[in-house]
Amino acid sequence: MSGHAEVGNYLTHPKGLRSWLTTVDHKRIGLMYMATSMTFFFVGGIFALLIRLELMTPGLTLMSADTYNKFFTYHGAIMIFMFIIPIIPAALGNFFLPIMIGAKDVAFPRLNLASYYIFIAGAALSVWALMAHGADTGWTFYTPYSIRSNTSVVLITLGVFVMGFSSILTGLNFIVTVHKLRCPGMTFHRMPLFVWAIYATAIIQVLATPVIGITTLLLIMERLLKIGIFDPALGGDAVLFQHFFWFYSHPAVYIMILPGMGIISEVIPVFARKHIFGYKAIAYSSLAIAGISFLVWGHHMFVSGQSDLANMLFSVLTMFVAIPTAIKVFNWTATLYKGSISLKTPMLYALSFLFMFTIGGLTGLFLAALSVDVHLHDTYFVVAHFHYVMMGGTVMGLLAGLHYWWPKMFGKMVHEWSAKISWGLIFIGFNMTFFTQFFLGYLGMPRRYYDYPPEYAGLNMISTIGSWFLLAGFALMAFYFIRSLFLPGKAPANPWGGKTLEWQIASPPTEHNFPEIPTVTGKPYDYGVVKL
Amino acid sequence: MLSLLLFQWRLEQASNFAPVVDRLFDFILWFSIISFLIIVFGMVLFTFKYWRKKIPENRTAYITGHTKLELGVAFFLLVVVMVIFYWGWVDYKAMKNPPHDAFEVNVIGRQWLWQFQYADGKMLTNELIVPKDKAVSLIMTSEDVLHSLYIPDFRIKQDVLPKSYTNLWFVANRAGEFPIFCAEYCGTAHSAMLGKVKVLEQDDFERWQMTGKLPVGKRTMDHGQGTMDQQPDVTVGEKISLADKGRGLFASKGCTACHSVTGAAGVGPAVNKIFGKEVELTDGKKTKVDENYIRQSVNEPQARIVKGYQPIMPTFKGQISEEEMNALIAYIKSLK
Amino acid sequence: MTHGETVIAETKHKVPHHFDSAEQAFESSKLGLWLFLVTEILLFGGLFVAYVIFRGLYPDLFHTASQHLNKILGSINTVVLICSSLSMALAVDRVRQNDPNKAHQYMLVTLFFAACFMIIKYVEYTHKFHEGLLPGGNFTNAALAGDPKAPLFFSLYFMMTGLHGIHVLVGMGLITWVLIRSNRGEFSSSYYTPVELVGLYWHLVDLIWIYLFPLLYLIG
Repeated sequence: MSGHAEVGNYLTHPKGLRSWLTTVDHKRIGLMYMATSMTFFFVGGIFALLIRLELMTPGLTLMSADTYNKFFTYHGAIMIFMFIIPIIPAALGNFFLPIMIGAKDVAFPRLNLASYYIFIAGAALSVWALMAHGADTGWTFYTPYSIRSNTSVVLITLGVFVMGFSSILTGLNFIVTVHKLRCPGMTFHRMPLFVWAIYATAIIQVLATPVIGITTLLLIMERLLKIGIFDPALGGDAVLFQHFFWFYSHPAVYIMILPGMGIISEVIPVFARKHIFGYKAIAYSSLAIAGISFLVWGHHMFVSGQSDLANMLFSVLTMFVAIPTAIKVFNWTATLYKGSISLKTPMLYALSFLFMFTIGGLTGLFLAALSVDVHLHDTYFVVAHFHYVMMGGTVMGLLAGLHYWWPKMFGKMVHEWSAKISWGLIFIGFNMTFFTQFFLGYLGMPRRYYDYPPEYAGLNMISTIGSWFLLAGFALMAFYFIRSLFLPGKAPANPWGGKTLEWQIASPPTEHNFPEIPTVTGKPYDYGVVKL
Repeated sequence: MLSLLLFQWRLEQASNFAPVVDRLFDFILWFSIISFLIIVFGMVLFTFKYWRKKIPENRTAYITGHTKLELGVAFFLLVVVMVIFYWGWVDYKAMKNPPHDAFEVNVIGRQWLWQFQYADGKMLTNELIVPKDKAVSLIMTSEDVLHSLYIPDFRIKQDVLPKSYTNLWFVANRAGEFPIFCAEYCGTAHSAMLGKVKVLEQDDFERWQMTGKLPVGKRTMDHGQGTMDQQPDVTVGEKISLADKGRGLFASKGCTACHSVTGAAGVGPAVNKIFGKEVELTDGKKTKVDENYIRQSVNEPQARIVKGYQPIMPTFKGQISEEEMNALIAYIKSLK
Repeated sequence: MTHGETVIAETKHKVPHHFDSAEQAFESSKLGLWLFLVTEILLFGGLFVAYVIFRGLYPDLFHTASQHLNKILGSINTVVLICSSLSMALAVDRVRQNDPNKAHQYMLVTLFFAACFMIIKYVEYTHKFHEGLLPGGNFTNAALAGDPKAPLFFSLYFMMTGLHGIHVLVGMGLITWVLIRSNRGEFSSSYYTPVELVGLYWHLVDLIWIYLFPLLYLIG
């Protein structure tokens, strides 16, 4: 293509708010997603802190039971649908996927912008619901409670329905981009592992999300027209809703974790100066996880009254998830062997991911074993397991990615020691908050409890204190990230010594990413000396 | 074992299932701790051994993988998880099959309390009294939304659904009081939907059944809460047994017109000696006569009709309360 | 747009700057649409699963309730939709052969058939409303009152045909849109992506009906 020089980077060229709101540049859309989702992360985090405050002592601490029930619903719905599902694919994926495969943009840039506004519309509906009568069903919307609840269930599920479309269209866009827009020489086996992870995620988004679409639609009709499909009082089946819901929401868990795994696969080789250990195993295990994710939804329903045969099948299938997951963890650890390891902040987060995700993954075994799950189901053990995977996994991956790519996105370096202190606070705070919950769960404290017997008080207190460390860590992080934007100085094009394409262009990138479309001749993690 | 060292307040093992579940729990715990330590040990060791200050960044090894090692890890893990699966499945199967001579109690969950209905007509709220060392089977239903009956010290839990029955059973092997939680979110007072199981020695239990009196002066050992002095809140006026109440309903609702209780032929099938048996339906399928089948036959008579009979029975939907339904089922069960 | 774009001869269409060639752009759009069609099938898939489950539970009820649907109108609608699919395929073919006038006629025919479908559907719906054959809790029909599960069938009927009807309406809007663009001379044998994609979408809408019709109208 014509190679005339472009002035300015994507942030400043073209200028003006209007040019941002109507942009079709994948990098700007990525940033807009990031700003929106991080705002929701902040809001969801406030609700989390309030929940922990209420649970600090038994009985009424701060709010009524109804308020508490609404707050945990808000926390769950906001964090799941508005933060953790979009944040890595739609924000970082949008920004880096095209660059990493040597493309100028995603396949359908206008559709990409449309997805963003659809997401905003869905989020607005949900927020409206919270402002109207709220919602007290939990983020799972189980029937028949969600049919009877006198809160704004229709609005919030309509919001989820609309946000689902955004997720579908983003996934569709990425699949086509990966298939059709790779630059010359970029074969599938030369793609960075982050691209593989986003690709596997996109497949799940496209195949699973329509089902939550129809499920929320049926729930809305249930409330508006009393169709009765999920309402036992009208001849329907309440447990059917759980099947529909988890058919999406279990794969959705992998929509949340796979991109985080992708980031870890980028960060570890760069900071260990090593070729990734077992590239193909990591790449294909993402696809394997995506495939298995569709066959295990029933493990959320071991005590729901579904048949013993179904329980047996779902238990055995769930066990299979352990294998590709463990291969990844093993390979990441093996990548460190005989490397040259630098503990810059992105790497600190990547190693914390290994630490906490391993706990999250292993505790999954307890829940997959039928007899043990009967005891642990719907207790704090599940809450702890879920947060170890989602926060100890995905959020650690996200933070690794944010610190890793921040210089590329904004052309600024963050203050290293502030980042390390913030990491320390988050690491301690997270483990304090959630490790205690494994004990609470084993000891039988059910989840979604506003009040609890006094024997659980001590552990709850520790958990709540942990949440304050998290608050301090994240507050410091927000501060140094924002401050970095106003510091003088410019980040170099390749501060970490990365070999993937995004590090071969300017920081921040120009509007069309590459002055000339690159030709790829080698593998993405070509570090190391063959014969030492 | 290790778990005992980790936390002193291990849950009490108060039922036949508790040690069984804990054994697998401990196995997975051990396996997890070892795997976790291997990963973390490797991570920490490599980080310090290959620190950037010691190893220059252009002097790292070129290793792209080791397929045999990966396959080895995968295979080893496959074996372990299959053991965990099979172990969990075998134990779970036992939890799903109550013995035939189990002592039955009907449970009704409603926002936000538990009701326990005994065969002799007693009805207790938020208090389940059971004999020690005897199998107890709970037949549970909900009047409104989903609930889940959970007894941590027994390691058992089962969702309670509206309009159908689910089952839970256990043998309590320790006398005392143990908390019951609702584990499925059910609205405002979800966390206050609490109850307790009182496990009595068998002779105490029999005395309670005869006289309605609990042993006085005996204090419970665990949790330090509550004593056995308090008399349970039995709904009075229910002097007749559940099955007897069912017999009355069977007549007053007009069932006797078509259904004999002696085996004699009628417009509808006779209802004696059918509980637990298999019957053939008009479409050739077979079904077991259980609580759910009787309930459905009362509410939706056309749904599953026994072969050789006409679909002419009217529905009783909305005319029979949960308590009455339990009584009718108890009556049909009692017809030997 | 600062980059040079390939402008395709005969039309005003520009290949978006991030594609190398018109062919790459066309292939991408087509792959995108196929993926979208997969999501549509999964969306309906949820309803089909619900249908299968409840029909498995209450086979007799589905048989009886199905008698209350109008088989003749349903069959006419099936024929109408198949014809519309044919005319849409012909329209796409005509655009591809640089024959815009014929293409416009075929698109208008497609729109006509689609409108017929919706009118017949309207007649059917009004009839059902009149008889009280309404979904779930609104069910008031006396003939089926003896069966407490009967409303379920009509819940599924209205959900499935309703969602399909919305797809027909969206399809009509899309056909009108490509018709207008085609009138402006925006398509030719070298660029007709939107027409092709709308055509594929329309075939899917048709295909879903081909499954809905026997499942709902022709039980037993």
